[in-house]
Amino acid sequence: MKRYSAFAIAREALRHHTGWERAWRSPEPKKHYDVIIIGAGGHGLATAYHLGKDHGIRNVAILEKGWLGGGNTGRNTTIIRSNYLQDPSAAIYEKSRSLYETLSQDLNYNIMFSPRGVIMLAQTEHEVRGYKRTAQANALQGVKTEFISPQRVKELVPIISLDGPRYPVLGGLWQSRGGTARHDAVAWGYARACSDMGMDIIQKCEVTGITTEGGRVKGVETSRGAITCGKLGIVVAGHSGHLADMAGFRLPIESVALQALVSEPIKPCMDVVVMANTVHGYMSQSDKGEMVIGGGADGYNNYTQRGSFHHIEETVRALIETFPMISRLKMLRQWGGIVDMTGDRSPILSKTPVEGIFMNCGWGTGGFKAIPGSGFAMAELMARGGSSIADPFSMTRFREGRFIDESVAAGVAH
Amino acid sequence: MSTRLATGGRLIDRGARVEFTFNGKRLSGYAGDTLASAMLGAGQTLMGRSFKYHRPRGVVASGAEEPNALMGIGTDGHFEPNQRATTQELFPGLTARSQNHWPSLEFDVGGINKHLSRFLPAGFYYKMFIHPRPFWKHVYEPFIRQSAGLGAAPRDRDADTYEHYYAHVDVLIAGGGIAGLAAALAAGRAGAKVLLVEQAGHWGGRAPVDGAVIDGKPAEAWIKDAVQTLEDMDNVDLRLRCMAAGVYDHGYALCYERLTDHLADKAGPRHRLWRVRAGRIVTATGAIERPLSFAGNDIPGVMLASAVRDYVVNWAVSPGDRTVVVTNNDDAYRTAIALKKAGLEVPAVIDARAAPEGPLVEEVKSLGVKVLSGKAIAKVKGRKFVTGVAIAAQAGEGAVLEEIACDAVAVSGGWSPVVHLWSHCGGKLTWDEAQAAFRPNPDKGPTGADGAVFVIPAGAANGEMATSSVLSDAHAAGAKAAGADAGDAPTAEVTAEGPIAPVWMMPQGAKPELRAKAWLDYQNDVKVSDVQLAAREGFESVEHAKRYTTLGMATDQGKLSNINGLATLAHALGEDIPQVGTTTFRPPYTPISMGSIAGEARGALFQPLRRSPLHGWHEANGADFEPVGHWRRPYTFKRGDESREQSVAREINNTRQGLGLLDASTLGKIIVKGPDAGRFMDMLYTNMMSTLAPGKCRYGLMCSENGFLMDDGVVARLDEDTFLCHTTSGGADRVHAHMEEWLQTEWWDWKVYTANLTEQYAQIAVVGPKARKVLEKLGGMDLSAETLPFMGWATGTLAGIPARVFRISFSGELSFEVAVAAGQGLALWEALMEAGQEFGVMPYGTEALHVMRAEKGFIMIGDETEGTVIPQDLGLSWAISKKKDDYIGKRGQEREFLASPDRWKLVGLQTLDGSVLPEGAYAVAEGTNANGQRNTQGRVTSTYHSPTLDRGIAMGLVKDGPDRMGEVLTFPRVDGTGVEARIVSPVFFDPEGEKQNV
Amino acid sequence: MLTLQCPYCGVQCDETELSPGGEAHLTRFGPGSDDTEFEQYLFLRENPRGVHFERWRHAYGCGKWFHAARCTMTLEVFGTYPAQVTEPPADLIEKIREKRPGWRWRDLA
Repeated sequence: MKRYSAFAIAREALRHHTGWERAWRSPEPKKHYDVIIIGAGGHGLATAYHLGKDHGIRNVAILEKGWLGGGNTGRNTTIIRSNYLQDPSAAIYEKSRSLYETLSQDLNYNIMFSPRGVIMLAQTEHEVRGYKRTAQANALQGVKTEFISPQRVKELVPIISLDGPRYPVLGGLWQSRGGTARHDAVAWGYARACSDMGMDIIQKCEVTGITTEGGRVKGVETSRGAITCGKLGIVVAGHSGHLADMAGFRLPIESVALQALVSEPIKPCMDVVVMANTVHGYMSQSDKGEMVIGGGADGYNNYTQRGSFHHIEETVRALIETFPMISRLKMLRQWGGIVDMTGDRSPILSKTPVEGIFMNCGWGTGGFKAIPGSGFAMAELMARGGSSIADPFSMTRFREGRFIDESVAAGVAH
Repeated sequence: MSTRLATGGRLIDRGARVEFTFNGKRLSGYAGDTLASAMLGAGQTLMGRSFKYHRPRGVVASGAEEPNALMGIGTDGHFEPNQRATTQELFPGLTARSQNHWPSLEFDVGGINKHLSRFLPAGFYYKMFIHPRPFWKHVYEPFIRQSAGLGAAPRDRDADTYEHYYAHVDVLIAGGGIAGLAAALAAGRAGAKVLLVEQAGHWGGRAPVDGAVIDGKPAEAWIKDAVQTLEDMDNVDLRLRCMAAGVYDHGYALCYERLTDHLADKAGPRHRLWRVRAGRIVTATGAIERPLSFAGNDIPGVMLASAVRDYVVNWAVSPGDRTVVVTNNDDAYRTAIALKKAGLEVPAVIDARAAPEGPLVEEVKSLGVKVLSGKAIAKVKGRKFVTGVAIAAQAGEGAVLEEIACDAVAVSGGWSPVVHLWSHCGGKLTWDEAQAAFRPNPDKGPTGADGAVFVIPAGAANGEMATSSVLSDAHAAGAKAAGADAGDAPTAEVTAEGPIAPVWMMPQGAKPELRAKAWLDYQNDVKVSDVQLAAREGFESVEHAKRYTTLGMATDQGKLSNINGLATLAHALGEDIPQVGTTTFRPPYTPISMGSIAGEARGALFQPLRRSPLHGWHEANGADFEPVGHWRRPYTFKRGDESREQSVAREINNTRQGLGLLDASTLGKIIVKGPDAGRFMDMLYTNMMSTLAPGKCRYGLMCSENGFLMDDGVVARLDEDTFLCHTTSGGADRVHAHMEEWLQTEWWDWKVYTANLTEQYAQIAVVGPKARKVLEKLGGMDLSAETLPFMGWATGTLAGIPARVFRISFSGELSFEVAVAAGQGLALWEALMEAGQEFGVMPYGTEALHVMRAEKGFIMIGDETEGTVIPQDLGLSWAISKKKDDYIGKRGQEREFLASPDRWKLVGLQTLDGSVLPEGAYAVAEGTNANGQRNTQGRVTSTYHSPTLDRGIAMGLVKDGPDRMGEVLTFPRVDGTGVEARIVSPVFFDPEGEKQNV
Repeated sequence: MLTLQCPYCGVQCDETELSPGGEAHLTRFGPGSDDTEFEQYLFLRENPRGVHFERWRHAYGCGKWFHAARCTMTLEVFGTYPAQVTEPPADLIEKIREKRPGWRWRDLA
């Protein structure tokens, strides 16, 4: 693989960029792989990457029904933070955040991780208490956060209105090392690195069946033929239930539409990410200048990648209360993604009733920030059969009642 | 350079001059102008700078598809960035500023980027700025952000208002060109309720510009008659300046009406967002002309052929004295004709086709215009404006045959139907080889609630380009939408046109240096070479190529660039265009204001505000409010220059020593009534409620089916069949819904009704040693300990007001909660305040309530509980009936983790130094877990300074806590220091309950 | 933006009048059930790509719970019916069979 650098760009510029090679190969599927990952989104690719990098497992195929990074990886609001309350959540998201910090260098691909800081606004006394508690928990979890005053919020976010008539800003939970990254680049960077390790990324390859023998996985049927494997990782977000069905088990998951929107681009006016959970809205400004806004999820099952417009109305209303100037911006584009919600709104990284099949799903509204950590933990789980980060997220936790509930500190979990 | 012609202009009123400013320069136009036409008329061709290379940009289009001419319009609270000059109608005093340049539009330092463009190909930032790591955040990213971003951020609060409308119609017709009018006539005549919306400020679209003749009349006359006919129909509503912005599921559509953007007088709502529910939606949204890709096609003066025609005919504006027309189809010849008729020079029509022929071609030739067939533009000459074009053979690679001096270039690459609304909700497209365009696939339309297709494309939006077929198609669409038989459609004269030649690169074999100057996306600076690079690097999916190059991601969302871009991609991949497919069309069609989306709901109307019956009194008496759900409750009633803390302490001390009043009206009050009410209550609550005697109260716990504690409150049994359930303030609606859900969906055969009476009653807690005295002074009821013991209730009258009095206490004091009809709450409150004077009465707020309950060790939902706390954790096993087989949550609590003896349990925590434990602090244990996190063994759930005890008190959940009384735990502060606290009973004050039982 | 007809009051409800309530026709397992039954009841969901039976409440209308048969891929609504039943009405199942040959939902087909 040719390394990317300013020098490489200059060299290529002289020959009209005709010398660039493919970012990832486009191979034909082999008959057998040690590991097959279904789903070439961020989580699937990161899992494959860590299988190769950390565990030396490189005879790996990543099968993708559409195009890599084409699901929620490329549809989210790109927020990265780890200021979670519960230990298991903080562990995986902080692992993830720390991997994001060096991901551009690790992958030799600029994923534009921008540790610009994330504020979660406290707009009720209840939220003040919740976020103070989170700050306490984070201090013990090795996650650097602090509860800051309204004045400090205003310094960090000059366009904010502190004394909105309904929900004044009473403070905020500030994670200075949270931020954003370029979502597509995360998928592309991992894909390039996986391909470079000799892994096969096979796009436009839909899995149509999963074959098992004696309670153990044997392989998959695909639109490009049958492929056998030693282990199978299912990392397909909103389509997890469908794949689990093929493998013969059910999941504590429901798929719903989650929406987001962007404004037209404007000159920089907000350097940090702001989340306002009381009023259900969050916003950051992309490097292009668009205000990127996350909205609410529908409460009903849906696979259309379209949501209901009243959520957009509610979100925009809430954000105008918090940032009055955005009233005079325009919505450029709105879209929906299908997210998989579990019974406690925390993810599943788990063995399954079928030996050799592993699930990674249930990220709900918060998957992007977890990509590197999820890949790290999932790879460990698949390679070694256990992982201190993944284990608490086992799908058996529902029958045991061992919830990982993040709704305590924040009305909207993510 | 552009100028205003001496005559003509069908949309302008030369009698009405309109003054405006551009970048502070005073200019003038005419009523009826758009900002773009007025600027061109005033000779201002340079209108902006591009996003990436800061290239000079002029207007290329005449409508909503314009990517370049974006302005910041208005001042102060009326300022808005990124407004298209082509859709902004001129009004007196309009102020416009160009964007994305520094220090000025004419001289922009950022323009240096264009010299570096060779080093900034698609995706360059993914390959650069990787080292050193801190530089991305501190150096590279700030620079990139500052140079991107287009318009300035608004600074002021929006000075305008917005509103929402609802409409339920049989047929919504999007687009008021001749197709929309024909469809509306057909649907309207069939009796359907029709809403016809047009985004521009005039009806008829471009038919008059193109010289159509309909039903024997000039298009202009036919349009006027059609609009008149429609206005006379009661069942048809017509709206100008109203754009169908998005189509959503089940026939929902958004229309965006701009009410004052075109007026100097900004009174009244600025925008109106229509939320339309339509039986059928007819998309008569026309088509958009595509540019051609050749070197220098972004230089100001290169415009769409149709736009050139529009400016000449509609606004009498000449884009240039000598306009070269370049095309691959016949339609562009109409522009040559229009220019010649206006007395302007057309040095040549450059036609990529080998042998163009037909009446339009002949007419142009007869006007003395040279037609160069089989030719291409090798490159456009000029920098900030066009000075000429170099001509080459289309079949070649760009060797210059001749150069033609000109100051404008009119370009046409064919027309793309506007399929956005068709596609928003899942309509699929099909590639029309003959027209080289995507059009709606009639077999794969968006389906509605009944499974039937509910969007019907009409006219050019359906790929019908000739006027006659536009009319017949739209007429049929309108009739179909109304469920009627199509009668006779309007007819038009037919002008024969030759076939289009698909041309995606000009010349077809253009060398790299030409391809690197051939723009696809003008605003985002995406060139042919960028898309080809994406393909070479494996970004083969159209979505990958789009995201890698940013093609079509600008504010015009690729209206001009998408088809050319994906044709370029398909060519690079050696695939067919339909194989590559399109990116997803998402609403809105063009950007709509955030203000319109929010509508009226801002400021005081943002969300409903719930006021207790005493709210006015609180406001008048210095209440410091806090939001509790949609309620606002007094946090404390400050006096003089007290701090919040001082005020709360005073309220507590006064209540403990004398008399305090609390507005408890927000507490939920739900009636459960019926023969099976007792049975139902036993399922709802963990307690045995069916044994509660009428006249008595019982504290009850309610769990979710998961077993987690969800709400608590005092239940009073009013009679054999009736229970009154008090809930938390925030929980009333949720609890009521919870009850209804179980009653309706699980135990629907049980004879029980529920009613949420929260707002029907005012409830006042009369608290403190003097509580009985003040009530006795009001008179009317015997409230002695004997008649009304603790946990009893009675009805009667107090101060002449019918009341129900509950003898319950959440403070540990002697306490009565008095419920009266909401309308009489204020009278009772004022009577209590007056009668309480001699007892030193003071109102108290929620914080005093919280502290007093914590002093008594009472739990608070939301503090001691969180999503996963069960009653057993809180020492509340006494409130869980052992006799019942079942209650909601019982099975959930039997699960392994909930039944475990190792759970953290409720205790009191008392700091050794008397300080207040930090909010939310954790008790640490030795060592760290496998993930390097510090082990913990408990946490603080409530922590306060107790004025009563004058030291910190806290409650918390601690592992094996109740068995570890007296042990000292360490709670680190966030600054790393620690506080030591002893495990004690959670009841800090009056453990024997002597004060409340008097 | 869905519309569903409330089978009680007959109103063609806009989605904003309704609150969604998840999968319909769940059998409650209380004390005495085993862990598998309880998990099945409380957590495991059909989540189909296709026809789904689900619960809705006409929350800002008559307040009644009802059931809907709706396709999660196209959002087509096949019918709504009162919540006080343990399985979908036979005529509705017949209608779905006709429109979507080969569909299945739990043990219904």
